[in-house]
Amino acid sequence: MRLKLVPKETKVDFFSFSKITISLSSALVIGTIIAFFTMGLNFGIDFRGGTMLMVETPEAVEVGEYRDLLSDVVEGDVTVTELSDPAAALTGEENNVIMVRIEQIGDDAAVQNDLIKEVKATLSDAFEGIVFLQTDSVGAKVSGELVQAGVLAIVLAVGAVLFYIWLRFEWQFSVGAVVALVHDIFITIGIFCVTQIEFNLTIIAAILTIVGYSLNDTVVVFDRVRENLRRYKSMELKDVLNLSINETLSRTIMTSVTTLIALLTLYFLGGDVIRGFTFAMIWGVVIGTYSSIFVASFILLRLGVKRDWDKTDNAAGTQFADIDA
Amino acid sequence: MLQFSIWKKGLIWFLCLLGIFFSMPNMFYTKVEKANDARSLMEAGVVATPEMEAEMAAWPDYLPNMLVNLGLDLRGGAHLLVEVAVEDVYADRLDSMWPEVRDVLREVKDEVGSVRRQDSDPNELRVKIGEPEGMQKALQVVGDLTRPVVTLTGAGSRDFEVSNEGAVLIFKLSEAEMIAMDDRTMQQSLEIIRRRVDEAGTREPTIQRQGADRVLVQVPGIGSAEELLDLIGQTAKLSFLSVVQTTSDPDIRAGTGNVVYPDAEQEGLYYVLDRIAVVTGDQLVDAQPTFDQNGRPAVNFRFNPAGGRKFGVYTAENIGSPFAISLDEKVISAPTIQSHIPGGSGIITGNFTVEESTRLAILLRAGALPAEISVLEQRTVGPELGKDSIEAGKKATVVAFVLILVFMVLSYGLFGVFANIALILNVAMIFALLSVLGATLTLPGVAGIVLTIGMAVDANVLIFERIREELKSGKGPARAIELGYQKALSAIIDANVTTIIAALILWLVGAGPVRGFAVTLGLGIVTSVFTAIWVTRLLVATWLLTRKPKTIEV
Repeated sequence: MRLKLVPKETKVDFFSFSKITISLSSALVIGTIIAFFTMGLNFGIDFRGGTMLMVETPEAVEVGEYRDLLSDVVEGDVTVTELSDPAAALTGEENNVIMVRIEQIGDDAAVQNDLIKEVKATLSDAFEGIVFLQTDSVGAKVSGELVQAGVLAIVLAVGAVLFYIWLRFEWQFSVGAVVALVHDIFITIGIFCVTQIEFNLTIIAAILTIVGYSLNDTVVVFDRVRENLRRYKSMELKDVLNLSINETLSRTIMTSVTTLIALLTLYFLGGDVIRGFTFAMIWGVVIGTYSSIFVASFILLRLGVKRDWDKTDNAAGTQFADIDA
Repeated sequence: MLQFSIWKKGLIWFLCLLGIFFSMPNMFYTKVEKANDARSLMEAGVVATPEMEAEMAAWPDYLPNMLVNLGLDLRGGAHLLVEVAVEDVYADRLDSMWPEVRDVLREVKDEVGSVRRQDSDPNELRVKIGEPEGMQKALQVVGDLTRPVVTLTGAGSRDFEVSNEGAVLIFKLSEAEMIAMDDRTMQQSLEIIRRRVDEAGTREPTIQRQGADRVLVQVPGIGSAEELLDLIGQTAKLSFLSVVQTTSDPDIRAGTGNVVYPDAEQEGLYYVLDRIAVVTGDQLVDAQPTFDQNGRPAVNFRFNPAGGRKFGVYTAENIGSPFAISLDEKVISAPTIQSHIPGGSGIITGNFTVEESTRLAILLRAGALPAEISVLEQRTVGPELGKDSIEAGKKATVVAFVLILVFMVLSYGLFGVFANIALILNVAMIFALLSVLGATLTLPGVAGIVLTIGMAVDANVLIFERIREELKSGKGPARAIELGYQKALSAIIDANVTTIIAALILWLVGAGPVRGFAVTLGLGIVTSVFTAIWVTRLLVATWLLTRKPKTIEV
């Protein structure tokens, strides 16, 4: 007896609820734009500059105590947050990890260095047995460059992929894939706005992986669409799309599940440092799976596809489509 | 699709074995690391102790000994990104030009008249001559002072550009010379930083030039980036200067050729000093931390013969007068010369702690940085967090691995087992490649591996689902499997090419953690495609040919 997440044969009409899914997607994207401008992203020091300390104390200490202590030492803004560890519930090992963030004051690196020393000395005096897990300090110059590099990476990745799909398929596929992709990136950013989870360099890596993953899903569906378009020449595009999604549904779900197994394990057991990263990835996989079925295919249906491409004059843009046949 | 020639089979198994062979040392990480350390000590000429012999014997040298480098976030340590103020050196270079210019112009005094240096912004040297009619001659003689720049890109240009404004000669550094100087400054800075870090006795530091004027320093095992910065952030320019007077007024008119430096300890105390140093730190050959006769920490130093001679002459001529020892334009000590100091060695006493005197000795031994450096980024990962992260990473990898193995067997039965063998080989190959390439594994890198484990089965899932479809449409086992592989191939290639594009861009554009992730993700994709397309297919084909099943269930 096999474990089957998806019945052997499915005949779901995915476009019958396209009204709901498209309004949902549009609402989420618009919501993201609103959230981005009202709440904004909680940029980490990678992108904002400043200093971050992660400390652990043997005894639980109130966040307010840190704030009072440090406000005497530090001129700029200090934010203190408690890091909750979802693994604690599973393993029973409670730890008191606190994250202190200090706003960048001026450009003088030497001042920053003295400040870190002073803050460390103050905390060591106040709390016995305190451990400094991590100290990061990023200057304004580098943080500006990191923002640029991050945005550049995402734009380049999307552009490169757009080009690749255009080479392998038709431009309509390319547009469908990229709309789905931008949809995924937007909503992931929206989640970070709403939850106010720190947005740092590793989150950029996560978003780029989502780009790769979401595409992976979309491409598998499109690959089947291309094949079925050739096989069922007189079938309506809508039916071809439905058939293709249904045929690949089992694979889509299987891969999403194995990837989610890996990500959820990382989320719970992988430690504090990459929790934000895995959180982004989990959402990305869920949204990426959803979008390759409901968004990418919907765009393809709306744009329509040229159907006469098995005639002798292969349309431009598909000349690379048979390299692996 | 199911026929493999002998050599192809051989090659596939050979690559798999290679993967296992080269990933093996990572299973015995500490043992191999100790053996490697002992061997490199031996090569450096250290006589082997019985302990080292035992460590080496624990991992014989016919076994592979390449390990995955652990990143700072996994082993703890400090990371600094600093910027070298390369333009600092320009002014010094122009300053040093002045005596030469003066001398050649004086030789043709009859034609150019008196020669005077004018105040100017530090990027140019302005020299006024008494007789404007002699400008042609002046330009001609100073033109001979300029030298061609010897670099690949600067060929054909000279180091200075000379122009004139009325009776004033203006010297500027040429573009090519500035580029060449920047390069020298960077080389020197790298060398000095390396010496300082080495002197401090830390293990396996990474010191790299980044871009035009940046240096990345990563030192595993060091307590904090602040500590590291104390060591490399200081210019450590030591000078022995003669004191003109002491004062409490920082804005005092020092007079030409003099400078005003503050006292390092006592606030409100300033020294007016002769700008030209008697001896500088360049001429030191050794410096050691020590204690003075009152038992306070001090630094003992020794000059090279030339420096020793100068120092000897100066002390003999100035007995009873004070002189100042300045470090980075602050006076750290201003003793009175008690007697002639002939041996070229001496002692610096100041208000030092033991740590400070030890550090000062290191800085003096390693030499001064050619230019000031400023910090752009400093990061410290405590050893506790590093250990936690390794533990967490291991746990997550193992759990995810086991869960996926179980899930695959439940979903695909025997074919799931084939996919699992491929998955295990896949992980071994990723580690083998990381070890052989000398790549650094960071925590995001671990995430990349875990994610690859999740996604690696994708190719197999695509194939198996396809085989199911073919079986459903009534094909025989061999035919269904063959078609399954054939038809799934285009989707596998497209899907993985898109992911590899993302990984490649991450690697090119990304910094720090992003790169670590991109490396494992990229390698993981390559190995997973190999194992999915070749290894599982070989396994399935072998099984099919030996068992010849009438029906199969995928």
